[in-house]
Amino acid sequence: MEKKQTPLGYVSFSVFAWIVGLLIFFPIFWMVLTSFKSELEAVSIPPSFISFDWTLENYAEVQERSNYFKFAMNSVILAVGSTLVGLVFAVTCAWAMAFNPTKRTKDALLWMLSTKMMPPVGVLVPIYLMFRDWGLLDTRFGLIMVLFLMNLPIMVWMLYTYFKEIPTDILEAARMDGATLPKEIIFVLLPMAVPGIASTMLLNVILAWNEAFWTLNLTTSDAAPLTAFIASYSSPEGLFWAKLSAASTLAVAPILVIGWFSQKQLVRGLTFGAVK
Amino acid sequence: MGAIRLEKVKKTFGTLDVIPGVDLDINDGEFVVFVGPSGCGKSTLLRLIAGLEDVTDGKILINGTDVANEAPAKRGLSMVFQSYALYPHMTVYNNIAFGLKMAGESKEVIEEKVQSAAKILNLTDYLERRPSALSGGQRQRVAIGRAIVRNPAAFLFDEPLSNLDAALRVNMRLEITGLHQELKTTMIYVTHDQVEAMTMADKIVVLQAGRVEQVGKPMDLYNSPANKFVAGFIGSPKMNFLGGELAQKHSCHEIGIRPEHVAVSTENGEIPATVKIAEHLGAETYLHVEADGYGPMTVRATGEVPLGEHDKIFLTPEQDRIHRFDAHGLALGNS
Repeated sequence: MEKKQTPLGYVSFSVFAWIVGLLIFFPIFWMVLTSFKSELEAVSIPPSFISFDWTLENYAEVQERSNYFKFAMNSVILAVGSTLVGLVFAVTCAWAMAFNPTKRTKDALLWMLSTKMMPPVGVLVPIYLMFRDWGLLDTRFGLIMVLFLMNLPIMVWMLYTYFKEIPTDILEAARMDGATLPKEIIFVLLPMAVPGIASTMLLNVILAWNEAFWTLNLTTSDAAPLTAFIASYSSPEGLFWAKLSAASTLAVAPILVIGWFSQKQLVRGLTFGAVK
Repeated sequence: MGAIRLEKVKKTFGTLDVIPGVDLDINDGEFVVFVGPSGCGKSTLLRLIAGLEDVTDGKILINGTDVANEAPAKRGLSMVFQSYALYPHMTVYNNIAFGLKMAGESKEVIEEKVQSAAKILNLTDYLERRPSALSGGQRQRVAIGRAIVRNPAAFLFDEPLSNLDAALRVNMRLEITGLHQELKTTMIYVTHDQVEAMTMADKIVVLQAGRVEQVGKPMDLYNSPANKFVAGFIGSPKMNFLGGELAQKHSCHEIGIRPEHVAVSTENGEIPATVKIAEHLGAETYLHVEADGYGPMTVRATGEVPLGEHDKIFLTPEQDRIHRFDAHGLALGNS
């Protein structure tokens, strides 16, 4: 039952929401702020908020020391590549599960999801050895495969819940109209599922972009994405907060912008089926 | 051309026998209605013919060729779904043209066929709209248009009118009947509404629990139902079933008499009864009565009858309209 909201309740709820929002946002804000400080100001106590000498030297130095665009390009290729490969498998998989379910479909879905609960480090050694023997270490192809397999369960789940909402009648109508299976999926199912597919792709690009465990362990230079770029600033000469912040800001900026513009789509995709 | 013949068609879901084995002949150009209560297997039977479900056993012959293992599109049938099942992301034009595109027809042929279907169905002004911008009746017409352009051997309708309101349903009923007269194509129509069945069909197939109870012309089913189930299902309001003395008098287990075949009198008659509820519709009056010794009965009197609650009346069944049934519910022929 829905209670009527009192003005006081409304205000306190808003204040609470703002506090939570600011709490979550603060680290990112602080990181961006720090990236414009000198190394000395970055570690000064008490910390200065606005009244410091704003400088761009960290960014210049970061770009000078390592080629940001090479890392960024790798991040884009890995994130987009793993999402596209994943989509091919996830769409067909979700189609089968949503429209031709068997007694075991639910179990299979839960099993897929359960693989996400295993700590990745548990399989690091076998995967590392396989990568070494197959010559996949530090290759984009190898990393795309790992990232796509890692995110496949989530893609299948999201698409499955989305496809479940599409009436089977429409696909059957396409079948009566003479559409073959590939045509039925391409011309009828996919266009109807565009919002769901878009949010699935978006989430997976973000997940792949942010993935640090495998990207750090399986790459050195050629295929290294922005996660490796950031990590390179936390060693070996000690921590340089300002430069590290500049590198991090550069690394998260693209995904932050994408996330900002697509938040509506993302929320809709993630809550689909949960609310009608 | 579209003659369809079912030979021992069987469908099981796991251990459940949905269709235990149906034999049926549908002649070219016939309007056949599958009717029965919910869950009787009528939609399943239609989907088996369409190819949307696989038959467990048996043959489905379309113009003499067994298509039981063919893909839906290879059977040359068109289907109109209860939910219309239009492609929401396509315009009306593309919805109608989809089947032709899949068949690889040329642009000119598609244009010509879509335009002519749109003309028949009064959709010419709506071709550029999306389904979401159409009313229920218009959507139904698009669904029919999509079926027409493929020039099928037969049309399959799966409860196409159940999502429409009462007034529109009567209209569409007439339109579909008109379309059948114009196209003269075989149509198989599934409904649970016996009024639709009676008004539209050349031939009615009454189904119960996956079994064909009776096949026949609407008036044949009305006048000589094969069993109690058909007798009760066809006709509205339902036939009255009476046992006891009256049945003994007609030397059977039970007699059936339709509400419209009982004479009502306030003075004398065969069965004394008390009116419980009187429904006055103007042209006719339905009396729901409690008959002494027989329980509740429904009686239809023509015109306005000045009767109400608690009134004592007498009922006399028309002797030549009495249906007799044995202990298994099978008809014994009129007495």
